[in-house]
Amino acid sequence: MNPRRTLATAGRVLSQIRHDPRTIVLLLVVPSLLIGLLAWIFSDTPVFDTVGPAMIALFPFIVMFLVTSITTLRERRTGTLERLLSMPLGKGDFILGYTLAFGLLAVLQSAVAVGYSVWVCGLSITGSVWLLLAVAVADAVLGTALGLLASAFARTEFQVVQFMPALVFPQILLGGIFLPRDQLPDALRAFSDWLPLSHAIDALQAVANDSQDAAYVGGELLIIGAWIVGAVVLGSITLRRRTP
Amino acid sequence: MVHKAAPAVVVRDLHARRGKHPVLHGLSLSVPRGLVVGLIGPSGCGKTTLMRSIVGVQIVQSGEVTVLGRAAGTASLRGRVGYVTQDASVYDDLTVRQNLAYFAAVLGATRDDIDRVIEATDLAANAGQLAGSLSGGQRSRVSLAGALLGSPELLVLDEPTVGLDPVLRAELWALFHRLAATGTSLLVSSHVMDEASRCDRLLLMRHGEVLADDTPAGLLSSTGTHDVEAAFLALIAAHPSPDPAAREAGDL
Repeated sequence: MNPRRTLATAGRVLSQIRHDPRTIVLLLVVPSLLIGLLAWIFSDTPVFDTVGPAMIALFPFIVMFLVTSITTLRERRTGTLERLLSMPLGKGDFILGYTLAFGLLAVLQSAVAVGYSVWVCGLSITGSVWLLLAVAVADAVLGTALGLLASAFARTEFQVVQFMPALVFPQILLGGIFLPRDQLPDALRAFSDWLPLSHAIDALQAVANDSQDAAYVGGELLIIGAWIVGAVVLGSITLRRRTP
Repeated sequence: MVHKAAPAVVVRDLHARRGKHPVLHGLSLSVPRGLVVGLIGPSGCGKTTLMRSIVGVQIVQSGEVTVLGRAAGTASLRGRVGYVTQDASVYDDLTVRQNLAYFAAVLGATRDDIDRVIEATDLAANAGQLAGSLSGGQRSRVSLAGALLGSPELLVLDEPTVGLDPVLRAELWALFHRLAATGTSLLVSSHVMDEASRCDRLLLMRHGEVLADDTPAGLLSSTGTHDVEAAFLALIAAHPSPDPAAREAGDL
């Protein structure tokens, strides 16, 4: 691993995206539009204040998962990855470069989503908006890291899109949006404790209601951080210089 | 031309599969330093698998591949060997210069080096264009330019002249010989027989085997033919290849 090569890779990924303004607009605007739609649907009920924080976790997570997994898969398919791996680029440089580039986009995307939810849709946040943003960013980076890992196991674009329902939907169903996690059947409850998105949603709801102290939110952030690191490390291990 | 004692590449008894299919069955060859060596043979004869083995991105079943005195794929070789894949491996959503700037950053090459390879591959007029908007021939030259960065000691070029017009092809072959004259070793594959005469040495391949390893003139005189295509046919007639299906069964 080498910081110059990692940063060069991150810079390269960002300039690729810069040549694609439509993707930038979609990345930044789509989560906010969906959150706005949800606020409108529930405009005469108190529902938005309970599910709103979870949505800030959800949409950037899904969008970043998809964008990252497809971009890295494209790199495998076009032969540029083979070229890079025959050059003095560390596998860690490659994965970390992608994580940094998409992590930066995740920060922007989450900032737009949080700002829009709070100041335009009137989501009531009792806790710190900054802490809310921190959790949202961690969550979008988690989507990026899992997307990188998923792309290692996909050979085609069709397969990678199937990873969405396979890896992401169970986390949404068990994350406490449809039914609070403490009301789930015991086995599912125990299983959901192991899913990173559950912790992201717990943390966002804790900040929104100010129902827990900062140490609790910090602990949840640590769990999400551990998942990010784990996915990045596993992603670079599964990257092979030699292929059949 | 610079001749050194140790060859640039030595391959001994190499067995390799591409996907699930056995492609190389005990191949041995050597590529001398400072020459343009042509790897000539029909599509599917194992040229790409051999080249991937030399640059260290191919899983090999058995055998030895030594590149510049080290085992192929050794980390220290990655900056000393330039590789151009058959399909141009460049980023379509970056400009020519941005593509090369990224590869240069990975290799630790300088900004001057980027200008040098753009010049050498005749891309100065397209440097600011997105690679995706270029013609096939232009894109493959961007890919080639990337491999020239950092002046590697060995260049492994998989069909670098496909789809280029005759003038450009002649220019690239002249470039290859200029590089060889400065001591670079080149292994250039082609399935076009008339390119063979432009090489210093030829490796003729068929069904994963080397049929001949000679200079173009030596090949013509030993087969008593006037062009490489006829020589190739004469060699096939002299070495009838065993049934590939029987060979695969024996191999597994």
